[in-house]
Amino acid sequence: MFVLSGYEYFLGFLLVCSAVPAIAIISSQLLRPKRQGVERRTTYESGMEPIGGAWIQFNIRYYMFSLVFVIFDVETVFLYPWAVAFNQLGLLAFAEALVFIAILVIGLVYAWRKGALEWS
Amino acid sequence: MDSGIDLQQSFISLLEGLGLSHSLAKVVWLPLPMVLIVGAVTVLALVSTWLERKVSAAAQQRIGPEFMGPQGLLVPAADVLKLLTKEDVFPAKTDPWLFALAPLLVFIPVFLSFLIVPFGQNLVITDLGIGIFLWISLSSIAPIGLLMAGYASNNKYSLLGGLRAAAQSISYEIPLALSVLAVVMMSNSLSTIDIVNQQSGYGILSWNMWRQPVGFLIFWIAALAECERMPFDLPEAEEELVAGYQTEYGAVKFMLFYAGSYANLVLSALLFAVLYMGGWESPIPVSWLASLLGVSENAGWFQAIAASLGIVMTLFKAYLLLFLAILLRWTVPRVRIDQLLDLGWKFLLPISLVNLLATAGLKLAFPLAFGG
Repeated sequence: MFVLSGYEYFLGFLLVCSAVPAIAIISSQLLRPKRQGVERRTTYESGMEPIGGAWIQFNIRYYMFSLVFVIFDVETVFLYPWAVAFNQLGLLAFAEALVFIAILVIGLVYAWRKGALEWS
Repeated sequence: MDSGIDLQQSFISLLEGLGLSHSLAKVVWLPLPMVLIVGAVTVLALVSTWLERKVSAAAQQRIGPEFMGPQGLLVPAADVLKLLTKEDVFPAKTDPWLFALAPLLVFIPVFLSFLIVPFGQNLVITDLGIGIFLWISLSSIAPIGLLMAGYASNNKYSLLGGLRAAAQSISYEIPLALSVLAVVMMSNSLSTIDIVNQQSGYGILSWNMWRQPVGFLIFWIAALAECERMPFDLPEAEEELVAGYQTEYGAVKFMLFYAGSYANLVLSALLFAVLYMGGWESPIPVSWLASLLGVSENAGWFQAIAASLGIVMTLFKAYLLLFLAILLRWTVPRVRIDQLLDLGWKFLLPISLVNLLATAGLKLAFPLAFGG
């Protein structure tokens, strides 16, 4: 029935976990007062009248970090099977991983030197 | 390794004895551990909010909650009730769909990760082959929810907090994944059960914390950062960002964020215990105790005691770490955002790569000590 055995538990647990917020939201809908005014629906800005919205263009300083993140996240995904099978692979796999990580470290050093890891 | 008690087997054979077919018995069994775990996790998260208040109070020489129940133990329950009965304010300028979806995206993956947290040899919902990797991948979903919350609120504090939260979680995810990788390499398996079994045999001496001291520290720092705990709680730094991405949230949606963050803390502590502190293993092996007392390890009552001891041990270790995390909150000042990113990218990432390669090298040199 299931191609991946054990994952029926995952699906079942997903349902059970989704039921928790569902129950919370539904019970809160039954319990809470339902008053809605214009004033209470304004955006919070330390009690001031909000000046403009937040959906504007501005410099997201974390952009370069997220680019570097993508590279290293994919790297870790590639390294997982290597680590699991390492005891069967031996010295050659170690050398290969060394080369693989060395290439990425060169990338990291490059990004570092270029200032991609500076926040300012 | 002895197999310990197997509740699933005994429950299914009990139902089969009542005349049900095997597959039907399995379907009846399926939701039981899940509901139990979800209930237990909720209670654990609530207890940790109480602990947070009590330990914080003790750290500041206050008394903390005391009137509601013995030692204020019922305060978390009152919290839940209060948040459920609060009016759900929907700010007018938000993106309603994203605004409503964000807390769910933060909450559900955290609870779902408890699928692979073992409390004993057979006391786990399912021993998935990808085990710990499931947690790594599920924990990547949370930043999306945080970004969503920050963006959908259409509030400047929220947007800044959401961006900070996402940047922080992606920065510390890689050191975290790499330190887990070193442990995985030692146990040759992603399964959490195998990871604990690999640490059994010599009690406290065979735990991974001695063989992976660097990974141990990296994991702890990265886990604190992932949970947005005090030295790294920039996303909701209340002095500058009000409450970060949670600013516009109230009532039940806030409760989901709140419960999610404490459940995440409990989860990290439990997995820390599993990965580095021998999970359900006692500091003195149970089999040694059995031979010392001269009782058979296979006796039913002994296995029941051993299993209960395993659950107590797992929770004890996790709460010890939680206690440490709460104490750290009142000990270490908050870092700046550039210090946070520097620590993640320029210190923890290179160190964790070196740690991984060192583990691989040591495994080649001393295969017996590093899991063959």
